[in-house]
Amino acid sequence: MTWLSIIVSGIVTYFSRMAMVALIDREMLGTKVKEVLNYVPAAVFPAIIFPGVFFNDFGSFVEITDPKIYGAIVALVVGFYSRNVIATIVSGLLSYWFIIFILLK
Amino acid sequence: MLSKSKIFFKGTVAVLPHMLSVIPFGIITGAIGVELGFDPILVYATSLIIFGGASQIIFMQLLSGGASSLVAITSVGVINSRHLLYGAVLSEYLEKLSFIKKLFISYFIVDQGFAESNKYIKQNKNLSNPHYYVLGTGVTLWFCWQLSTISGIILGSFIPEELGLKFAIPLTFLAIIVNDLRKLDHVFVMLVSGFASLILFDAPFKSYIILSPIVALIAAFIMLRFKK
Repeated sequence: MTWLSIIVSGIVTYFSRMAMVALIDREMLGTKVKEVLNYVPAAVFPAIIFPGVFFNDFGSFVEITDPKIYGAIVALVVGFYSRNVIATIVSGLLSYWFIIFILLK
Repeated sequence: MLSKSKIFFKGTVAVLPHMLSVIPFGIITGAIGVELGFDPILVYATSLIIFGGASQIIFMQLLSGGASSLVAITSVGVINSRHLLYGAVLSEYLEKLSFIKKLFISYFIVDQGFAESNKYIKQNKNLSNPHYYVLGTGVTLWFCWQLSTISGIILGSFIPEELGLKFAIPLTFLAIIVNDLRKLDHVFVMLVSGFASLILFDAPFKSYIILSPIVALIAAFIMLRFKK
């Protein structure tokens, strides 16, 4: 039963990856749709970022003093000016660790 | 002109920074599966067959918590439906490929790979083989994901929880879009998506992950109408 669920989940997931690439003809999408598709990264990734920063493990809002918020702000500023992926991630993590291991100790 | 292997390699290099979150996340996924009491082979099968971090964890949590298969499968489908949006964007770059190649490359479409490919191909419009870049990102992420879930399955969660490495996940995605903060229209769409995700977070089947982008894209559509 579990095997079957995994396989069906796999098929569903693969379909989500493949459908637009292999089954849809580009011509079917109008210019308006193509314009809107420019915003896909801006529309998808904040929906992963915001809950990851503003919610705790139990799905409730964190306090305004939560280290994650300050780590994210540091990453945001560093990322904006450096335009560098690794600098963004590392600065966010280091400032987060600095707060939880040094400031809050 | 860049050779195919060079383009592939560029894709590989582009996703390397994301390993900071992909590897710990993979280890956690493998370890959680075993902790929940699943056979190690089954846990690994989710990495190979489903191949989508968050959806694998939710899938195993739901099944072990006594949810029906239908609920587990629906959740996986809802969470992973965001790939439809990636596919719609990438289809422009993969248009010229044969049907078989499209079927093959589709398996490797993942968040970070999509984001880096989209960024690079937009900046290098006359690239002759953009799909090698997509493959370079996807295959690299695939290998790291497989290896890290296997090590999580075998060794358990050997990364101390106090490190809070889960926080690397939002940071990775922040790094992906941070450059677009220079464009006000993108910032607007990001804020709509972000606030929508906070409001819709408790919607069933984790559907905030697709509902928020839909709300944000509708906002983008309306915004484009007013811009003209």
